[in-house]
Amino acid sequence: MISPSTTQDLQVLQTEQGVNAEERLDRILSGCEGREDELIPVLQQVQQALGYLPEQAMKRIAGFFTLPESTVFAVATFYAQFKLVPSGRNIIRVCRGTACHVRGGPRILREVEKHLGIKPGESTSDLEYSLETVACIGACALAPTMVVNNETHGEMNPRKATDLLQHSGGKQ
Amino acid sequence: MATVIAAQTHHAKAEVIRLTINDSEVIARAGATVLEAALQAGIYIPTLCHDPDLKPYGGCRLCVVEIEGMRGLVSSCTTPATDGMVVHSDTPRVTRSRRTTMELISANHHGDCITCTRNQDCELLKVARYLGVEQEHMDRLRRSTQVLPLDRSHPAFTRDPNKCILCARCIRACHEIAVVGAVDLAFRGSSAKVATFGDRPIAESICRSCGECVARCPTGALAPKWEKPPAEEVKTICPYCGVGCSMYLGVRDNRIVSVRGDSEGPANRGSLCVKGRWGYDFVNHPERLKTPLIRLPGVAREAGHNGRVQEIFREATWEEALGLAAERLLSLKQAYGPDSIAALSSAKCTNEDNYVMQKFVRAVIGTNNIDHCARLCHASTVVGGIAAFGQGAMTNSYSDFEKTDLFFVIGSNPTECHPIIGSMIKRRVRLAGAKLIVADPRSIELSEYASVRLAHRPGTDVALINGLMHVILREGLEDKDFIRERTEGFDELRQLLEGYDLATAESVTGVRQADIEAAARLFGEANSACILYGMGITQHTTGTDNVKSVANLLLLTGNMGREGTGFCPLRGQNNVQGACDMGALPNVYPGYQRVDDPAVRTKFECAWGRKLSDRAGVTVTEVANGVLRGDIRGLYVMGENPMLSEPHLEHARQAMGKLDFLLVQDIFLSETGWMADVVFPAASFAEKDGTFTNTERRIQKVRQALMPPGEARPDWQIICSLAEKMGEPFDYRSADQIMEEIASLAPIYGGVSFDRLGRDGLQWPCPDALHPGTPFLYRDGFARGKGKFHAVSYAPPAESVSKGYPLVLTTGRILEHWHTGTMSRRANVLSQLRPGGAMEMHPDDALKLGLVEGDEVVVSSKRGRVETPVHITEKSPPGVVFMPFHWHEAAVNILTNDALDPVAKIPEYKVSAVNAVLGVLDRAARDNAFLARLAENPAEALKEYELTSEERAALMSGDIRKIESWVGKLDERLRTWLVLRLTQEKW
Repeated sequence: MISPSTTQDLQVLQTEQGVNAEERLDRILSGCEGREDELIPVLQQVQQALGYLPEQAMKRIAGFFTLPESTVFAVATFYAQFKLVPSGRNIIRVCRGTACHVRGGPRILREVEKHLGIKPGESTSDLEYSLETVACIGACALAPTMVVNNETHGEMNPRKATDLLQHSGGKQ
Repeated sequence: MATVIAAQTHHAKAEVIRLTINDSEVIARAGATVLEAALQAGIYIPTLCHDPDLKPYGGCRLCVVEIEGMRGLVSSCTTPATDGMVVHSDTPRVTRSRRTTMELISANHHGDCITCTRNQDCELLKVARYLGVEQEHMDRLRRSTQVLPLDRSHPAFTRDPNKCILCARCIRACHEIAVVGAVDLAFRGSSAKVATFGDRPIAESICRSCGECVARCPTGALAPKWEKPPAEEVKTICPYCGVGCSMYLGVRDNRIVSVRGDSEGPANRGSLCVKGRWGYDFVNHPERLKTPLIRLPGVAREAGHNGRVQEIFREATWEEALGLAAERLLSLKQAYGPDSIAALSSAKCTNEDNYVMQKFVRAVIGTNNIDHCARLCHASTVVGGIAAFGQGAMTNSYSDFEKTDLFFVIGSNPTECHPIIGSMIKRRVRLAGAKLIVADPRSIELSEYASVRLAHRPGTDVALINGLMHVILREGLEDKDFIRERTEGFDELRQLLEGYDLATAESVTGVRQADIEAAARLFGEANSACILYGMGITQHTTGTDNVKSVANLLLLTGNMGREGTGFCPLRGQNNVQGACDMGALPNVYPGYQRVDDPAVRTKFECAWGRKLSDRAGVTVTEVANGVLRGDIRGLYVMGENPMLSEPHLEHARQAMGKLDFLLVQDIFLSETGWMADVVFPAASFAEKDGTFTNTERRIQKVRQALMPPGEARPDWQIICSLAEKMGEPFDYRSADQIMEEIASLAPIYGGVSFDRLGRDGLQWPCPDALHPGTPFLYRDGFARGKGKFHAVSYAPPAESVSKGYPLVLTTGRILEHWHTGTMSRRANVLSQLRPGGAMEMHPDDALKLGLVEGDEVVVSSKRGRVETPVHITEKSPPGVVFMPFHWHEAAVNILTNDALDPVAKIPEYKVSAVNAVLGVLDRAARDNAFLARLAENPAEALKEYELTSEERAALMSGDIRKIESWVGKLDERLRTWLVLRLTQEKW
């Protein structure tokens, strides 16, 4: 499991386009003057470029804006949109809506948690999976449901859920 | 309707407004908030997030009031008071709202008040009691079931998020006062909390441990670990650095149990640093000297330090110890003359102690051989300052910084060494838009705040400043009126500066021309600029030249004699200014009156009733050679530790060993004390009355809070007893009587007396009893008449790097420790924060030498060697290593150069050439020629080494087993080092 304290060195972190993370950060910052009101847009752009906000990136941003690092951390943790941990390649969302709940949604979630060894909001250490819960995906007729990489799967049971996981990821 | 005058008198002159609060008319200064107006008028409004030193926040919502014409309830702490405003702070609606808010705040507060260390001064409790929170209402609320983990990582305080009410006072203090920003309000909703970057324990954050947050927390969320409620508080002055912070020591059972910054202190305004807040365990430390000690017969002077006290000394009565010391000093004086005895006074002791010490040496012994550690820190300031202006002290006051537009910090690291001044500068730069230039070979914390950073090579300060002045003249930014009216010697300087064009300056200093230009423009264009400097300027063989260069730059731009400008040498010791003022120097009497001036000498001879020597004495740095030559045979050391602070310690140790008689007077058995024949136990700063004079020439009162341990006595009393034993008694009954005598003899202290040193003390010169003291010098003229320019050329340091010693070693201090560690290493919190030292080295150098973080290395210079762990950091530039001098285990002064500035006699601590080798390699090399060659020059040796083809092949392939078959079994770390080393080799 990756916790926020696991620092990824920016030099090592490569984005999908293969561009060095540090270069991307530089490019984003080069378009700014360093005014405080630019902070949130910068965090958004960095997250878009890198997938999340690594600590090293937040430190660089703090230095650029001459803000304390703790302040950048405070802003990043205030908004739900910012992620401090990298997301997995496969995003699993288990529905916790009312219809899914009565038809066994909690059992599905428990099974997925057990199978991946992570809790909602976390990612596996190999970055293969991230687990999230959603309030309702609007497919109540198919309850209980689970979404794997934007593809909805209905009428789940624990067995089907683990099968699905085995087929979606590279490794477990 | 009663009228309450809320404004203070000095506000009455400014614009005032009138408003009505609860049917009373209130007068307040324009710009005050409604809360401030009410509090000033004596109307209580409850609040938990308000702090007069911090910006209004409006977080706790307890200070809500009703204001006629405004909708709803408004927070009085964020609402400006206006003329004619009608405020109601006490209506049922207000009370209802406050009570509900209070109930919600306390619902999530874990209330184990009985065990809470803050229960005596908890503001939450006080406000709850005032508002009358009801149990029934509290029971109705759903309380948090979450118990968050405590953060006990910091040695001085505990963070308990369960008691935190999110008033953000800690955060604001950290950002607005300390300007560190270690914590902020992170996360959201019910998860919101005060967090460090990455929500890690505070000890792993950038926290500088100043405790400003702990002092301001209204609950027990930030609780000191060791503090106890004091029985009484005594106001006194911090004994660490030269800033001179005023504080209250809390005392119970003759122990210091709490420390609190004095919000009225003129230097610190309530702030304290890590040492000032948590550094006083040494006072009650069990190792304090409690009785006089006499060296056992036949125990060699070198035997010590590693031995046990009882094996080297025996305890003695005062009578016996004083008698022995008096007899030995008298017999030396008789046999070899008074000049065979020298004394070191102390910048840690009070003015009164220093005055009596120098009087003892001059009047009883009959020599001017008196000096103290100012020789090792600011001797060049005194010489250079007197040459340029006529005085060698800081010209302006800290309060002036509020008017400074540009700070030029050169060779000083204020955030570590003068933390309160460091915070002042950061506040001005970060929060008020002042500009900053930092010139330092190393990257220091202030570098991050600088508009221009000049990382010049160690020892090239003159060339750098000359380069700056060249640009200022070229661009016509000099102050022509000031130069014409108030200075002399400008033409010589102008001629000299023609030779310091940018290319020359760049080639000597290594600073880019564009940076020199930018800094020169900033300095030349600033309305009011001051230069703050420290040991980086003074501790050079060219120290006096460096100081003169600083003076030149100030005179050239007219930045003297006005508020917000000036010459600011930051003094290291609490009373180094005072010790100099008191004449604990070999060439001057108290008040800088020269010993070779017959009129002055006659004045002192009349006052003291003894014939005095007309010959200037020897300096601290000349004592060792004097002893080795046989000129000096007796040494009296008060509160100093030359055996750790002298350069080239081995030389100093030999000298000490040769002394006929060594008398040491201290609070602990220091490295020097271990070598003594007789040791006198002295009282610490907390155990005596007296005065300290801080960097800004402010004489402040030190008050006795405790009884000295055992038979220890204040230094001046010990010296008086010794004088009496030597047959020439002094007649002082108290410290203030000594100050009376000082005032009568030293004109700059002429108007100083204990009863005038109230809240703010007095800044000298203060010539008579009605004079208010002098916040800044040279308003109308310099002490020497005109300010003098000195045309000084660059001269390189005494020692330069060579093949055998390829690194430049520079020395200094760190935030958590103090000088030779006698005090700070005995303070629990400080030693836990920084248990040991390390040598800082740039990653490039570490890579070349094959060193990794934490490796034990052997550092050697021409003078000696020490072992220390290495810390790899980009703070030091390539080719430069840095070591603090606090640790006797790795005494950096074994390495430093004892070459002296020819005039000021200050040693060149800041530049020595050294070599660094991995410790295990160094040991292995002792009995192996091949490894010895590698150790000698790890980066180059193999190129020159004659190798057989078999050896070459083994080395090229890194075949450790084969190599081991020639050189013997290698240590694990040495094996990895060798593999790395061989892969780097370009075969």
